[in-house]
Parts: sequence; C-alpha cells; structure tokens
Amino acid sequence: MAVAFDEMNIPGGDLRPAYQELARWLKETPPEALEYRRQEAELLFRRIGITFAVYGDSESTERLIPFDVIPRIMSGKEWARLEKGLKQRVRALNMFLRDIYHGRDILRADIVPDDLIFQNPVFRPEMNGQQVPHDVYVHIAGIDIVRVDAEDFIVLEDNARTPSGVSYMLENREIMMRLFPDLFARHRVAPVERYPDELLAALRSVAPQSASGEPTVALLTPGVYNSAYYEHSFLADKLGIELVEGRDLVVKNNEVFMRTTEGLKRVDVIYRRVDDDFLDPLTFRPDSVLGVPGLMSAYAAGNITLANAVGTGIADDKAIYSYMPDIVKFYLGEEPILKNVPTWRCREPKDLAYVLDNLSELVVKEVHGSGGYGMLIGPAATKATIEAFRDKLKREPEGFIAQPTLALSTCPTCTASGLAPRHVDLRPFVLTGSKSTTIVPGGLTRVALKEGSLVVNSSQGGGTKDTWILDE
Amino acid sequence: MLSRTAENLYWLARYVERAEYLARTIDATLRVTALPAAYIGKTNEWDSALLTAGVAASFYQAYEEANEHNVVEYLSFSQNNPSSIRNCIEAARLNSRSVRTALTSEMWDTINSAWIELQAVWSKGTSTREDLAKFLRFVQETSLRFDGSAYRTMLRNDAYWFSRMGVHLERADNTARILDVKYHVLLPEEEHVGGPLDFYQWSSILRSVSALTAYHWVYRETLKPWLIADLLILNDTLPRSLASCYGNLVRNLDQIGVAYGRQGPAQRHARGIRNRLEHSNMNDIFQHGVHEFIQEFIADNSRLGEIITKQYLI
Repeated sequence: MAVAFDEMNIPGGDLRPAYQELARWLKETPPEALEYRRQEAELLFRRIGITFAVYGDSESTERLIPFDVIPRIMSGKEWARLEKGLKQRVRALNMFLRDIYHGRDILRADIVPDDLIFQNPVFRPEMNGQQVPHDVYVHIAGIDIVRVDAEDFIVLEDNARTPSGVSYMLENREIMMRLFPDLFARHRVAPVERYPDELLAALRSVAPQSASGEPTVALLTPGVYNSAYYEHSFLADKLGIELVEGRDLVVKNNEVFMRTTEGLKRVDVIYRRVDDDFLDPLTFRPDSVLGVPGLMSAYAAGNITLANAVGTGIADDKAIYSYMPDIVKFYLGEEPILKNVPTWRCREPKDLAYVLDNLSELVVKEVHGSGGYGMLIGPAATKATIEAFRDKLKREPEGFIAQPTLALSTCPTCTASGLAPRHVDLRPFVLTGSKSTTIVPGGLTRVALKEGSLVVNSSQGGGTKDTWILDE
Repeated sequence: MLSRTAENLYWLARYVERAEYLARTIDATLRVTALPAAYIGKTNEWDSALLTAGVAASFYQAYEEANEHNVVEYLSFSQNNPSSIRNCIEAARLNSRSVRTALTSEMWDTINSAWIELQAVWSKGTSTREDLAKFLRFVQETSLRFDGSAYRTMLRNDAYWFSRMGVHLERADNTARILDVKYHVLLPEEEHVGGPLDFYQWSSILRSVSALTAYHWVYRETLKPWLIADLLILNDTLPRSLASCYGNLVRNLDQIGVAYGRQGPAQRHARGIRNRLEHSNMNDIFQHGVHEFIQEFIADNSRLGEIITKQYLI
C-alpha cells in the first residue's frame, strides 16, 4: 500500500501553507490545555445531547461520536475545485434519475446495463413517468470524498437517499468557536452557519404547484429511537419547521395534513429522513408503522414534494457507482472533475476472477450495504475471514464490488500518545433547489481514530473533526 | 402546534411534577417514622405513603410488607412501578427528546443533566440515609429548576399553556390524594384530636405539599385540622391547593381558547370544577363528608385530563 498523503506535512519537513498557522499555535499550546479542551468538548456534546444510537448494541443505546479538536484545514483554492466537481456530480445524478424514470436514453445508449436498473431492489417502478417539481430528485446529497495526493479528489460514495451528518458539521463548528476563539482569530475560516437557511430555501423552492404562497415544510423522522434522531430534531429546530412522525400525518383527498392542536394543517414539502421502504405501508412495506398510509398517492397526484424524491437509491447504488464517470460524460458532455475509485464489478467474470485472485489486497463491498457493515478489508482481514468471504463472493458475485485499498490522506489528530496522523474522509453536503445548487464551504470530516485504521464510520469507532476552508 | 408535541409537553410536565411529589412524600414519611412510636400511633406510615402515591395494589403484588426499605425502593427506583421516580425521570427525558424543538435549551438541559446524573444513582443505589436524602433533594431541585426554566424562558404561547396544564392537573391530583389518604386524621369528631400524635401527622401532610410555613403565615395559628383542609382545598393563595390549581387550569385553557379562537368541553368542564370550589366552604365539605368530596374531585380531575386529551392531544 502506498504511503498516505499527509495533509499537514510535506515530506522533507515543510508544512503545507494551509496548516502553518495551526502548527504555530500547536507549538505555543501545552498538551494539557488541549486535553482539557477535549474534555470540555465532550461534556458539551453530552449536555446538548448530541448522541447517536448503534443498532444491536444493547449496553448503551446512546453514544457520543468522539470529537477531535484539531481542525482539518483546506485552502480556498482546493475547495473551489472540489466545489465545482461536486456540483457537476450532483447535476449528473439528478439528470440520471430523471432519465431512468422517464426516457431511459442512457440505457438505449448502452452506457448502463438494463438489468442493473430493473433488477435492482432500489429501483422504484412507482416512479416511472412521475413528475417531480423542477426535475430535482436529490435535493440533499452527501458525497463522500477522499484524497490520496495533493491533486485529486476521489468520490468514495454518493449518498443520494437520506444522507446524515450535517448536524455534526454545524455543531462541531459551534463548539470549536466556543473552545478556541483565539485559534479562529488567527485564521479566516469560511462560515457554515447559513446551511439551515439554504436548506429551507431549497426545500421551499420545490413546493408543488398546488401549495400556497408560503409553503409548509415539515421534517419526517422515524422517531426518537432512530440513530440520527438528534440530527432530525436539530435541523427541524434550526429550520423552524415541525418535526413530524408518521402518526402525525394523515392523507385526505390526496393531500397531506398534520394533526395539530387546532385541527388539520396542510403540508407541502416533506424533508423525509425515513427510507423509501417505510414511507407508505400501502405502497411499500405493509408492516411499516413509521410511514403515512396514502402518502404515495398524494405524491403521484403532485400535492406533496418529497425530499429526497422516492427512488433515488438507484443513483447511489454501489453497482451504479462504477458507471458514474460515464454518466457524467453522457449527460453533461464534460470530463468528470472528481475521480472515481477504480472499481471491479464482480458481476463481470473477468473482474470477478481478478478479485478472487487478489482478495487480500482489495476492499470488497456489498452493493447494497452501507455504514461500513458487511465489507471485507483484505489487508486487515485474517485468512479465515478472507476464505469465508470468497465463498460468499462465488455464490453471489453480482452482490459485490471490489476496490483497491486506498491510502486515505491523514490529518494530525489527538491520541493517547500526543498528536499523530490519522486517516480522514470528507462528506460535503450539496443542496439543489429549483434554481441553484449550493454547498456550504466544508462538510463533515470523519476520522479513523485507531492507528492505521481506514474505517471512518461512526458505527465502527470513527470520530469527527471540524473542517475549515480558508478564505484567502 | 402538532398534537403530539402538545401531548408530550403536557406529560413531560406531569412526570416532573409527579417525581417531585413522590420525593416529598418519601421525605415526609421518613421524618414521621423517625419519631418514637408514641408520637405517631399504630398506623403504618409506609402503607399510607403507597396509598398517597396510588400504587398500593401493584406494590403488594410484588412485596409482602410495606416497610421503609421496600417502599422507598418501589417508589424511587423500581422499574416495575410505572410511576416510580426513576420511571418518571426516564419518561420525562424521553418526552423531552421527542419534543426538543418545543423546549427551551434551559428546560432540555435541566432534564437531560438530571437524567445523566441519576444514571449513577440507578446503578449504585442509595446505601445510606444521607445518600437517600441527597437523592430526594436532587429530585425536588430538578423539578424546581424545570419549573423555573419554563417560567423564565418559554414563549407565552400554547406550548407554555399545555405544559402548565400538565403541572396543575398533576398537582391537583397529588394534593387530593394525600388529603384522601389522611382525611381521617383531619376529621374533627375523631377522639384523639389535638394529641401529639395528630400534630405530627398534620405537619407531615403539610410538609409533603411544602405548605408548613405557608400555613403559619396564612392562619397564624397552631395546626388545626379544619384549617389544614381549608388551606389545601379552598385557599387559592397556596399554589398546591385545589382552588389554586383550578384557577390556573381555567386560565390556561382560556388562553388557549383565545389563541385558537374557540372554546370546547375542556374549558366548560374546568370552569365547572373551579366554580364548585369557589362556592364551597369547609363547613359544607365536612357536613357532606371529606372523603366523598375528594373522591368526587379526583374523578372530575381525571375526567378533565381525558377531555383535554380528546380535544387537543390526539
């Protein structure tokens, strides 16, 4: 495996320009002071109740995501390039979805194989021919980005369904500003606080035509036991919209209403954080108690906008991922600014043979998995695990893709033995409304806290950092 | 506002109020039972603590004897008792989490930090009297802090009124229950009236509704059963009296009625109860029977809870 790209230090002893002031500050700050601030940060997180739940973990249903107080810094120039790439990618995702559920030009052009769409459980036939306002399907996208060198940004994963983590981006910044005012005074850090405003504006801009002049937006949560519940309540609060559960909504004459103390009130846009499968028991899973019976017929009647739209999973599916560079070229006629990780599609015999021969060096992922569950990290796995995986792979090759183990870039991070480099990724949040696509500068940096670990998922022991884009 | 939000606010306030009341009841009982037997007579004070909490039946399914250890355990820490202090605090936190957006950060912080703090008590328990006293004080302080934060930080809109309604409905229920259990010691015709025995019983009643000092200020008299009943039932200057609770309930319901532009059965029912309290005097109440009066009140009060739920919360 290649040596990881160090975002702070240039081999040979020099510092990258974006980190110079931070390095100076670190030199002046005694380690005890850092440790003290770290504890203070943890206390704040716990008091505010910024917790998440780990499924299947009965001991502690609410946990804190570890927060690392050393910021991850990027120059304005780097960000400008990344931003352009993200906008391009999300435009392509939206055009792809519009096409898949309407004309299907891309299938006829043989860019993406038919069966990857039609036999995919996340493809929603209910969406065929369904108009969505302004052709926006993915209003909120979380694109996971990694770096392996100074030049390239690589997309690890597109999240086009119900991406989470933005509350951490916002709270991390709040807490950093409270704990390290002096450090902020020495940098020009682009603010992130207008995210809720931009999100609300984007959501309102896609209200259905039948909505009143001041469309009513609500956030639909699965409830307090959901792992991202804190985020749902946080965002509803910041946006000033109602946080509703399925049982708060009712559909009458193909319109959606919420039950209030003053009777029923119409809802026009639902920012839903409930998966497709659970949205409407009449259309999808009949056992779902999280959804709203009749919601899909109101949707089909054009009386409610769902953000993100139903069926967006077909765009961020890991099987589709490997076609993204072609998808960008097909719709936009442009070269993709962001790269893809080279990906072997196990469904193709040639690729499968290669993967089986090189399991110990590859990362193998389930096409439909998420959250870092069910993947094989070859270099870190035991022989027995690899052999077990080999059997799974042979039995159901179309369920998997494989990628090389990337040497994710590193950032200085607090550890038990002082500052040390740890691997990071970045999830910026891309908002698309009727007229524009916007991204607040930065995103959520996730960091693998264990030495050498490449797994940044919070459910697998990852932490977060504040992400600074310097305004030069 | 969402009906579910109103419901959560209303129950959140009720749970906090109930936790405080339980803590006060245990506190007062500990005090009385610490006296030499000659001062308290033969009644089992722990049994009557269970009755005031309304959980005697379920208690005896799990325990043989109502003694200090068992009753404190059941009222404070038991997970099987749906209205133990522990379950009240857990329920309050869960309700707070579901309506975080409707709470001010001060209110959330009160409940959440109490919940965090009490995790240690749940896992370690209270091994000494001192620990127990500290715990009971902490619960009462949490309720005061919660009430104070609500009062000082909430917007005066329906969210506030629903929350206050929870407080007053629960409080009226608690005061009525303690009166109902202890009414026999207040009855003037009982033989042992005026003995030292009753004095401690009476002061214990007042203590459990934090009205001992208030009594002296209002009546400037030694403890008299007649006046104690008057204070707790009819005196609307005492925040825990039935009259005061209903003055507030009627006010909160009216405020909601004005804000929403219409009244309903809840407003009418609450006014009916308040009017009855306003037009009663202790003479009549004793004539017709304290027990009957209070029984009727408890039923009316819980009926109001049902009407409010139907009108606004579902």
